[in-house]
Amino acid sequence: MSERDVKDPTDPKDVGTTGHEWDGIRELDNPLPRWWLYVFYACIVFAIGYWIAMPSWPTPFGYTKGLLHKSDRADVVADLAALHKIRGTEGLLLKSASLQQIEADPKLQAYALAVGQSVFGDNCATCHGAGGIGGKGYANLRDDVWLWGGTLEDIQHTIQVGIRSDNPLARSSIMPAFGKDQILPAAQIDDLTEYVVALSGRTADHAAVQRAAPIFQANCIVCHGPAGMGDQTKGAPNLTDKEWLYGPNREDIRGQIWNGRGGVMPTWEKRLAPETIKALAVYVHANAAGR
Amino acid sequence: MTADTQQQASPANAVVLQILMGVLALGALLATAFSPDPLFRLQGWIFLGAFVVACGVLTIGIANGQFQNDQGKYEDGVVRAGVIATLFWAAVGMLVGVVIASQLAWPRIFYFPDFGWLNFGRLRPLHTSGVVFAFGGNALLCTSFYVVQRTCRARLAGGLAPWFVFWGYQLFIALAAIGYLAGITEGREYAEPEWIADIWLTVVWVAYLLVFLGTIWKRKEPHIYVANWFYLAMIVTVAMLHIVNNISLPISFLNHKSYSAFAGVQDALTQWWYGHNAVGFFLTAGFLAIMYYFVPKRAERPVYSYRLSIVHFWSLIFIYIWAGPHHLHYTALPQWTQTLGMTFSVMLWMPSWGGMINGLMTLSGAWDKLRTDPVIRMMTVAIAFYGMSTFEGPLMSIRTVNALSHYTDWTIGHVHSGALGWVGFISFGAIYCLVPWLWKKERMYSNTLIEWHFWIATIGILLYIAAMWVSGIMEGLMWREYTPQGFLAYSFVETVAAKHIENVIRVIGGLMYLSGTLIMVVNVWKTIAMPSSVRQVESSGPAAALSAQA
Repeated sequence: MSERDVKDPTDPKDVGTTGHEWDGIRELDNPLPRWWLYVFYACIVFAIGYWIAMPSWPTPFGYTKGLLHKSDRADVVADLAALHKIRGTEGLLLKSASLQQIEADPKLQAYALAVGQSVFGDNCATCHGAGGIGGKGYANLRDDVWLWGGTLEDIQHTIQVGIRSDNPLARSSIMPAFGKDQILPAAQIDDLTEYVVALSGRTADHAAVQRAAPIFQANCIVCHGPAGMGDQTKGAPNLTDKEWLYGPNREDIRGQIWNGRGGVMPTWEKRLAPETIKALAVYVHANAAGR
Repeated sequence: MTADTQQQASPANAVVLQILMGVLALGALLATAFSPDPLFRLQGWIFLGAFVVACGVLTIGIANGQFQNDQGKYEDGVVRAGVIATLFWAAVGMLVGVVIASQLAWPRIFYFPDFGWLNFGRLRPLHTSGVVFAFGGNALLCTSFYVVQRTCRARLAGGLAPWFVFWGYQLFIALAAIGYLAGITEGREYAEPEWIADIWLTVVWVAYLLVFLGTIWKRKEPHIYVANWFYLAMIVTVAMLHIVNNISLPISFLNHKSYSAFAGVQDALTQWWYGHNAVGFFLTAGFLAIMYYFVPKRAERPVYSYRLSIVHFWSLIFIYIWAGPHHLHYTALPQWTQTLGMTFSVMLWMPSWGGMINGLMTLSGAWDKLRTDPVIRMMTVAIAFYGMSTFEGPLMSIRTVNALSHYTDWTIGHVHSGALGWVGFISFGAIYCLVPWLWKKERMYSNTLIEWHFWIATIGILLYIAAMWVSGIMEGLMWREYTPQGFLAYSFVETVAAKHIENVIRVIGGLMYLSGTLIMVVNVWKTIAMPSSVRQVESSGPAAALSAQA
């Protein structure tokens, strides 16, 4: 074996061992693989080159800026400038135009819709669902039913101040928790549930509806109106339609009378620019079924 | 050493431990009684229970004259306990992984509003700590205790100290795991346990270091074997990382909550200096130590190159410690720091591959065993995954690549090719070697079951990482897609919805890997139940090893 010209690097007789042995394990005396060493050197050379070219080592006077003078901060400034250039005239117009002007100008409206769609996806879809289809406790924005008004101005204002948010001007109303706070006995709440079911045009226990009429008059009409048609200035829903924020079933309705839940929508005027809120209002308005 | 001196020495050491446990039990009792914080009391009860049980076991043992410390024999009991703990935590950690993967794939079905502790946010650290520190940590603990004794030809130092390290570490795992479910967390990734658990781990870890150093100190071999360098680097560096990253101030000494001593970007950098080196020193250096003992041992081949092992050891530990900033590219971290993190990561490529070359070349000359021995095959695949993920890591650390890969599933895929492929397979390989050696059996109960484990787990890994590559690159591209007006083209929810199929494939891959582990558990169970072979019983101590050499 050892007579051969080419050494076998896996043969102890050819390359020798270090002479140590641990629990039967020996170590061959092979040199470092050349390719391994050269790639290692190449990586070190790359690193040194990168240090020379880019911001890298700290010094007592700041850090080495690198020959290429690259800077993430400068890149961000340049990116933002490029963005303003892309958005161009529409971006400026959006700031000055009124909501009606935006809807009337097809080019400007298309721009506002593009802004609104993007902003909606990243800020509103979390609660209102992709495309605004809503969910239990979160209003559906695709229909023509509005709690706080469906005009462009109403929508814009709701986005600005939020609902029951920490904004002092927030849209706010509280439905009493008739059951939880023991305002009404459970039996009367059962009757009221039937009354509300009847209001929405469904068949209900006639005797219960009769019993509930005076209770409804005494407790509910202040907000929901004598006929249960609701009041958008108070965010009180219309009880005669087929749209239900907390679900259409008897248990859902009874649960709402019992607990008087009221959701919170944040105020956005501190987080989104006024023109972005305008665009969002135009987007929500345009996507709703009715006006 | 005569029998008399041994009998005097070891109970003394056990009595000290017994008194210590009693004092700690009293301390835990008082702290639990006086704390107004329910979560602190929960931790107090766990401590109290552990110390009382330990004190009781020690009392009974001392009364019966147990805990003898025969220097002519290896301490293998603690290694056996470690093997069982490794398997137990592997099954638990991987099961939780499958559960949270299912929660990501089917969020409506695997959502339990009545059981808050089953939320993804509570289970996720249970999975990561469960596999990294409980499974991986126990694998390191038991293999290091085995390897250091054999390669030093000396019994573990410190009498009962190795047992204190083993049970102390399990107590730390219990504190961490129950704490996560109860909502106790520092919110630092892979370092979630709160201050009291951190202090306990520090005590245990220092004891581990002393046991390991003490064993090396009294070795009967002239030189220190390469596996022991890697184990020692792991133990020393993890101690440093753990202590520095967890410097924090508790609200009060009777409250579970603490706040970091660092703030802002310094805190983030400290955390990722820790986080990356947990990968480097726990999951790389520690498991390279396993490779350096079990691969040559199983293949019955000499290690390929002593020189390569020295050069790649020192270059690895010198360069790794700088690489952490690559976890914070394009953040508030100064750009020069990002540059250093990236370039040191690139330079880390070859030092990492040195281990792969030494592992694979050690097998050359024994390639025929790849066909016949599934354990060799498992360790070979482990080394291959090690090579792949230590190439992928430097690649992903390059800033422009990271701009696409960061925060996406690609990172998850990268971690799992390392964790399932490298850490998991090299540990399984070591355990398949250890079980027959420790329990004095001719072989494992069933070679066919090892074959099944190998194939089902390998296919599982491939499914898992391929799915994560696809979903990671897809979501990275979706996140950076802009409309002509410069607005984001996709909302975040849309990018999540787009990954559904990949998330399902991930569950399947994870389930296959878990199944492989459960097959292994059965195989180990059956092996331990087999009758012992007489031939294997004999050589089991430094004395026997000495006489065998003479």
